[in-house]
Amino acid sequence: MSAFKRDKKEEEDGGGNPFQNIEKTTVLQEARVFNDTTINNRKCTHILTKLLYLLNQGEQLGTKEATDVFFSMTKLFQSKDVILRRMVYLGIKELSSIADDVIIVTSSLTKDMTGKEDLYRAAAIRALCSITDATMLQSIERYMKQAIVDRNSAVSSAALVSSLHMTKLAPEVVKRWVNEAQEAVNSDNIMVQYHALGLLYHIRKTDRLAVTKLVAKLTRMSLKSPYAVCMLIRITAKLLEEEDSGNDSPLFEFIESCLRHKSEMVVYEAAHAIVNLKRTTSRELAPAISVLQLFCGSPKPTLRFAAVRTLNQVAISHPAAVTACNLDLENLITDANRSIATLAITTLLKTGAESSVDRLMKQIASFVSEISDEFKVVVVQAIRALALKFPRKHSVLMNFLSAMLRDEGGLEYKASIADTIITIIEDNPEAKEAGLAHLCEFIEDCEHTSLAVRILHLLGKEGPRTKQPSRCIRFIYNRVILENPTVRAAAVSAMAQFGATCPDLLENIQVLLARCQMDSDDEVRDRATYYSSILGQQDKSLYNNYILETLQVSIPSLERSLKEYTQSPSDQPFDIKTVPIATIPTREETELEKHKAEGMIISNGPAKPAVVSREENFAEKLSAIPGIAELGPLFKSSDVVELTESETEYFVRCIKHCFTNHVVLQFDCLNTLSDQLLEEVRVQLDPSEGYSVLKEIPCPKLPYNETGTTYVVLRFPENDLPNSVGTFGAVLKFIVKDCDPNTGLPDTDEGYDDEYMLEDLEITLGDQIQKINKANWAAAWDEAAPLCVEMEDTYSLSSMSTLEEAVKNIIQFLGLQPAERSDKVPEGKTTHTLLLAGMFRGGIDILVRAKLALADGVTMQLTVRSTDGDVAELITSTVG
Amino acid sequence: MEGSLLEPTLYMVKGIAILDNDGNRILAKYYDKNVFPTAKEQRAFEKNLFSKTHRANAEIIMLDGLTCVYRSNVDLFFYVMGSSHENELILMSVLNCLYDSVSQILRKNVEKRAVLDSLDIVMLAMDEICDGGIIIDADSNSVVSRVALRNDDIPLGEQTVAQVIQSAKEQLKWSLLK
Repeated sequence: MSAFKRDKKEEEDGGGNPFQNIEKTTVLQEARVFNDTTINNRKCTHILTKLLYLLNQGEQLGTKEATDVFFSMTKLFQSKDVILRRMVYLGIKELSSIADDVIIVTSSLTKDMTGKEDLYRAAAIRALCSITDATMLQSIERYMKQAIVDRNSAVSSAALVSSLHMTKLAPEVVKRWVNEAQEAVNSDNIMVQYHALGLLYHIRKTDRLAVTKLVAKLTRMSLKSPYAVCMLIRITAKLLEEEDSGNDSPLFEFIESCLRHKSEMVVYEAAHAIVNLKRTTSRELAPAISVLQLFCGSPKPTLRFAAVRTLNQVAISHPAAVTACNLDLENLITDANRSIATLAITTLLKTGAESSVDRLMKQIASFVSEISDEFKVVVVQAIRALALKFPRKHSVLMNFLSAMLRDEGGLEYKASIADTIITIIEDNPEAKEAGLAHLCEFIEDCEHTSLAVRILHLLGKEGPRTKQPSRCIRFIYNRVILENPTVRAAAVSAMAQFGATCPDLLENIQVLLARCQMDSDDEVRDRATYYSSILGQQDKSLYNNYILETLQVSIPSLERSLKEYTQSPSDQPFDIKTVPIATIPTREETELEKHKAEGMIISNGPAKPAVVSREENFAEKLSAIPGIAELGPLFKSSDVVELTESETEYFVRCIKHCFTNHVVLQFDCLNTLSDQLLEEVRVQLDPSEGYSVLKEIPCPKLPYNETGTTYVVLRFPENDLPNSVGTFGAVLKFIVKDCDPNTGLPDTDEGYDDEYMLEDLEITLGDQIQKINKANWAAAWDEAAPLCVEMEDTYSLSSMSTLEEAVKNIIQFLGLQPAERSDKVPEGKTTHTLLLAGMFRGGIDILVRAKLALADGVTMQLTVRSTDGDVAELITSTVG
Repeated sequence: MEGSLLEPTLYMVKGIAILDNDGNRILAKYYDKNVFPTAKEQRAFEKNLFSKTHRANAEIIMLDGLTCVYRSNVDLFFYVMGSSHENELILMSVLNCLYDSVSQILRKNVEKRAVLDSLDIVMLAMDEICDGGIIIDADSNSVVSRVALRNDDIPLGEQTVAQVIQSAKEQLKWSLLK
């Protein structure tokens, strides 16, 4: 009995795990047994298992340790025990990347792979390829070719898979095995067929014609393996996407026919492909949708999941097509798998009409308390999308959200609700008052400091512009009395915003700030004193610069610049103007982020490094190039401009990097000719008047299928701003050396000069302007009046037919940042005022007001205020 | 939605893992260098994955950019991970193959203790199912036939006492179940 008890206890505390307390050093010690003259198979297998277990648990071996153990392991080839031998192969694969001189076992493995024992052969091939490099591969090439067409399916599969791994090391060698792979596609074994197709496609994928032929042949011969058919569907879909032929092509027919395949895997793959093809029309979508609809009712969770996830994607592009499945989707809302349920809801919300919003919200309310936080977040995101789609429903949604805010929940969940309310407020002015009121109430009992701080910041920004700002102040001041120092400090900043924006409240605010100066916390006292003294000055421009506007520079760059400054002290004071300005993410980017997260649970894993701006990345790259570092800080990098068609011999793209007085043109060139090696690649420019080319940095070598970069440094026209907008002719110049397409080595040392015409390159106004976000544009505008030069002009934009179009074009052309959400044109209006802000290279502020009126095209009155008259003139003169 | 057309490649499996009922790793392999490159990240992911899946037996979950299909038995959890756009049914077929192979290797006795006792064979089976992210075989019978089963060919005398007791227990269990 007592023995039984002990046994039970042992089982409970995991004492049954024989691998629990093993240590690396002990195992390495034990591994010396491998060197014994007579090998104890069982013992060695056990030790080897322990070693592999340790490695699998994440234990690291040093190179010496690994090499030692690897060499003793090779002794085990003497044993004939099948398991032990197979474990040795595993060990070889594990250690091949750490240990030195692993090629020592090549001959043993070659012997095994060509031997009689079938249990060895397949595994030996895979182990062999893990230790082989490009040069060694040539020597085993013969065996590999034989193995690919071997009658034993395991051997053939192993050889094919290993070949695919080897293409990374020696693509040229593997290419020569294409005939064998071709033969293997006809194999009866389903896995061999699949692997052969994978290899074949990989070898040929750069050759469009060959892929077309391959697909044409295989679609006719009905493959046995469902995996191979899935692969073929993917290849076909890719081909369809690249081709321009209509959807009545045989390729599309093939995919459609796969919807009737007997394997669910293939049916789903085909439906997925049809849904994701960009030009699928709703009519062509119908059969795919009905297949997915069928899957929605499947007893298998995975199948339901796959179906609803795909329907969710369809709902983005063809919401109408999915409505047929609405009933099935509603059934899935109560699915036991919460991923399926949430995807079903988000899909429904996307397809739902305005009239069904109320019903859907009721449905969600019925189960929202049962689901976990992550899924609640997904639901909240769906509600956000809904609110943006149906702004008139904001009151229903807002009430729902505030009810959710009051419920229990973690920080992430609460933050996402607050985020959603904030988005709704920003997007829909009508919802603002109600939304702010909800948020005010929420901070009354919000246990998350970071969230409270964010909301206080928002209240400070938006609160002063409500009808009754004093109402908010009460809530904010309550925080000062009740909360921890961080929240108190944020509350003080928020109050200061009210003081700066609402003159009639200033006096009261000063009283409150005076009280805060007695606070027990340093930061709170400091802030209160700071704001109180600024507000005491009664100077509008001070308010603007030090209370209302936030820091414009990019924080990582500021950190770097400050670090550099402190490391090399100089007498000069630190100049914040030298720090690059933070780029403002475009709307598309933020949209993209949103779509990515659909239905996905993202955990807060290890923190990712702070996102560095594109400019920051370029700045780092450019500063490494001699001659560019001394140009000063990078001001702006333009988007990529393509200077050739994408399917030509040489593919050239340009990025324009703008500095204070210089512009650096970065040309990324791709050589698509396999029989040419290009040298001394450079771009010869024919600059417009005033520009001078200072330097060319050629790309020394440009082999086939590689991207090389060449730079041209130009100086902007001095004291001649109007000419800084210009068009350059461009020619790509280089030395061609013919070479062997297989090896990439040139046939001769002698090359010949050649050139290639590129499209003209434009330096536009937008290239020289960086966007700046002005929180309080109106104040900045008024403040600028006495300091700036003002230019005004009226234009008629006859090519534009709507205000939205005009706004979009103006923003794009000028490269300025719209302020106060003036890029959104309210529906049904015929006049609109667009407010823009930015900075010209050299740190010259620009403010632009564009009054637009719609009547037979768009008429625009453009007013520019800038600290530099020439810049203002440049803007007014280039528009039009 | 753009770009979600799947790239035709054989590299479909991002990872395979077998965890115990405390979420500790018994065996795990990650095949994509860009997905959880360090042991620390892998552990964090597994911990998270386990916490999300050990209660709800729901078969599939999307987590941290991966689609994970899973299956559990007694005190073991089997996972197969693929990219978030991957064909879930293919991943499921890999998972089923993994589970069925282990089940056959352990003679339907799928539990932690048994896996640890035959860890070498289970390792070999995992290696036969997926190599560097490519599915080698998804048929459990053929996987099992490729990893030579051993238990029969050990003479009784060479087995340790514990093993004898274990096999006796097993026999007893089966006879009770009949």
